[in-house]
Amino acid sequence: MSSTDLKIGPHLLGIRGLSREQVEFILATAAQFVEVSERPIKRVPTLRGKTVVNLFLEASTRTRTSFEIAAKRLSADAVNIGAKDSSVTKGETLLDTVWTLQAMAPDVIVMRHPSSGAAHFIAQHLTRSAVVNAGDGLHEHPTQALLDALTIKQKLGKLTGLKIVLVGDVFRGRVARSNIFLHTLLGNEVRAVAPPTFIPPDLAQLGVKLYHDLPSALDGADVVMSLRIKTEYLQDAFIPSTDEYCRRFCITEPILAKYAPESIVLAPGPFNRGIEMSSEVVDGPRSQISKQVNYGVAVRMAVIYLLAIRQGAMNLSEHLKEHSA
Amino acid sequence: MTEPKKQAAEKEGWVRVLDSDEVRRAITRIAHEIIERNKGAQSLAVVGVRTRGEHLAERIAKMIEGIENMTIPRGVVDITLYRDDIAHNPEQPLVRGTELPFNVDKKAIILVDDVLFTGRTIRAAIDAIIDYGRPRSVQLAVLCDRGHRELPIRADYVGKNLSSSKQEVVEVCLSESDDEDAVYIRPSRKPKEGA
Amino acid sequence: MSKKIVLIGGRVCDPGSGVDGDFDVLIEDGKVAAVEKPGAFAGLQDVDVENVAGLLVVPGLMDVHVHLREPGFEWKETVATGSAAAAAGGFTTVCCMPNTKPVNDSGQTTRYILERAREAGLADVLPIGAITKGSEGVELAPMIELFEAGCVAFSDDGLPVMDANVMRRALEYSSMLGTVLSVHEEDLNLSRGFAMNEGVTSLKLGLKGFPEAAENVMIARDIELARLTGARVHFCHVSTARGALLVKRAKEDGIKVTAEVTPHHLTLTETACEDFNTLAKVSPPLRLDEDVHALREALESGVLDCIASDHAPHDPDTKNCAFSEASNGLLGLQTNVPLLFRLVQRGDISLRRMIESATTAPARCFGIEPNRIRKGSRANIAVLDPNRKILLTKEYLCSKSKNTPFLDQEFQGIAVKTFVGGRKVYDLGVTSA
Repeated sequence: MSSTDLKIGPHLLGIRGLSREQVEFILATAAQFVEVSERPIKRVPTLRGKTVVNLFLEASTRTRTSFEIAAKRLSADAVNIGAKDSSVTKGETLLDTVWTLQAMAPDVIVMRHPSSGAAHFIAQHLTRSAVVNAGDGLHEHPTQALLDALTIKQKLGKLTGLKIVLVGDVFRGRVARSNIFLHTLLGNEVRAVAPPTFIPPDLAQLGVKLYHDLPSALDGADVVMSLRIKTEYLQDAFIPSTDEYCRRFCITEPILAKYAPESIVLAPGPFNRGIEMSSEVVDGPRSQISKQVNYGVAVRMAVIYLLAIRQGAMNLSEHLKEHSA
Repeated sequence: MTEPKKQAAEKEGWVRVLDSDEVRRAITRIAHEIIERNKGAQSLAVVGVRTRGEHLAERIAKMIEGIENMTIPRGVVDITLYRDDIAHNPEQPLVRGTELPFNVDKKAIILVDDVLFTGRTIRAAIDAIIDYGRPRSVQLAVLCDRGHRELPIRADYVGKNLSSSKQEVVEVCLSESDDEDAVYIRPSRKPKEGA
Repeated sequence: MSKKIVLIGGRVCDPGSGVDGDFDVLIEDGKVAAVEKPGAFAGLQDVDVENVAGLLVVPGLMDVHVHLREPGFEWKETVATGSAAAAAGGFTTVCCMPNTKPVNDSGQTTRYILERAREAGLADVLPIGAITKGSEGVELAPMIELFEAGCVAFSDDGLPVMDANVMRRALEYSSMLGTVLSVHEEDLNLSRGFAMNEGVTSLKLGLKGFPEAAENVMIARDIELARLTGARVHFCHVSTARGALLVKRAKEDGIKVTAEVTPHHLTLTETACEDFNTLAKVSPPLRLDEDVHALREALESGVLDCIASDHAPHDPDTKNCAFSEASNGLLGLQTNVPLLFRLVQRGDISLRRMIESATTAPARCFGIEPNRIRKGSRANIAVLDPNRKILLTKEYLCSKSKNTPFLDQEFQGIAVKTFVGGRKVYDLGVTSA
């Protein structure tokens, strides 16, 4: 298999824009990196001398740590910059932050930002660094969707012909959005179930089937993804209370056993026991939550690896051009 | 991963340096030499370098098992993550993974590859193995040694020494991935247009 | 006394005066001295002859919705640079919105703007005063003071008057002046945090949406308030099909409403925001195909009275950022005519309607004198070349800012000469472009 026709990069800004083959290539690469984390020495020398900057302008421990471990397991130098450390709090514009970073010549910039499109924006302005979108506003979180996909593939052995059910706030979820793009791309049936405030009718145009009751949405499902319900939703009048949400949309083992007996359960970030899912589900055999964390590192290794080597080769050829001129 | 069948017409300008019998004999001899040098096959493990080294390793391991009547652990190393030319390669090579399903510590590892050339692949493969533990020794077996070393590496077991120019290419064909067992020397291909 | 100017060989098109045909125009003492059959002025001595053969001679275009940014945001635009952009775009008369710093809610600020405009001398600038103090939507601005200082209308543009009672009082109060309230319609609760139109594109991009209902409910409210008070309401930049329909029904009911539409809402859809193009970020946002089509029909039929550009200059820093943080707005004064010609060329609107919607129609909406090409009128005249091609480069744009999604596009049809008060303030020349 030649990889030239499915080059990944130079950036990974979202699932939208990737081809099915590219998704499969990233996942195939990631599957190989799973093994690195199981070795006694969890490190390969591949990216020695490369620099990965984790620019996290929105709080995140899980994702940042995952990217940091991924970079370090590839022997890259990982530097973390948080909102508090950066000059953003001193009024520096994102563009200025980018120029400053550019001058430090990182090979890969992993960015989390509260504004949708922020990763696209910096990618337009960076010429010598690959950008990985680690979550931009409500837009996308591509590595999360990829790690979800790897989890599904490793567990179920396939990534097509599946019924995937998203439960909860799809409207304001970047994880949900990336998963919708990914699974519609792979030809899976994507369903969303939540109160109508969380699943606007326009979602149907993205190829999602909409439900307002859990049993019919779960019917025959292979994969159930639980999305976080944040308490600030109450203020925006999305739901009256988490208790009320729970009455109809909490994922419990009896419901799964009845309507989706073969299903596995995924949850991306922090979750609330007893609100989105019962503890029985979180701790039960369907739950892939700890596997997701595991595969998260492998997926991020794959993404950093693929982008860093491409960027490295591009920079080298630029360098040679400059010095031969 | 199967290579396209090499049609006779495509082999114009190719010179066969080993035929299938010679390949078989070379492998048999290497297996015997390994047993002799290691005074048996206790604590041996045979590890092939992907892709053709993997097939050769399998053949050598089988042969040793037949002679010594015991099971030999085997493994595969993929050197992609250990290459020293990664910054020079604009492609994104497919990582295929290293599989060493045995404890590497205190093993005498027979590292097997098809062709020994600059030595860089072997350097990478040794580094990969050492990431899994501390073998007692690593010994190198190759079907062909074509010279032109760039690193201080030599083979312990050699099927055949070839004299080739740097511009030539040594093609090893094995029935597992090709349609025959043979070794050829051919001129390097013209660079593809736009490549 | 300035030299006489004669425009010869052109086709004079002045829908307001019912003139459309080949005429030569004589300008003297800042006024139109005569409009005669071709060749009538051939014998005149001591005149500047402007050969406008094959070109359209129209009344100076009027834009009732521009942002000149002065005072307060002079790095984006000044009255002088904005006037230059107007002149280069064929506009002799512009009404500037009061969302400056300070907000134009005092006679002093109005006089300052007028003074700047006189100094520049490139366009007739007619200020619009604020409806409420500081455009905060709470207390009425001193409308009499503003009116006496020279304001021709009132608006809190950029923001709606959210409090319906304040809006009612503003309508009642302003009616004694015979002025219109020009209103930006947006329910701020429905549009909170918006970055673009609410729909499938905003869903894909993860951007908060401005649902069309947020505009429509306010149009509907103010139609009712216009009916209640009998005062005149002018709707700024109508962007939705439903909004146009509401205006149509209100007019059928005899309610005194008028409405404008921008060239960008007539030509672009929300898909222009794909790839997070901040240059296409504007309020109200670019909508859907069906809206664009409905707006074109509504303009052609007269439901939407006039064209207004909502010329909104922004410096690069406020556009060179993440989409949701970027400022709303795009340039209009120099893209207006090229975009309108594009619509004419595609058969979406007639040439006559195009001229009318940028001359007599806006004047009628605001209750002010339109520019005319007839004996005795102030000589505000634009000469348009429907065939001239232009590449819309940064260099071509006279505005201090360059924020337009149409940059580097080629257009056919453009203003080539502009006269304000009988003085030539712009001439594209024959060689450039």
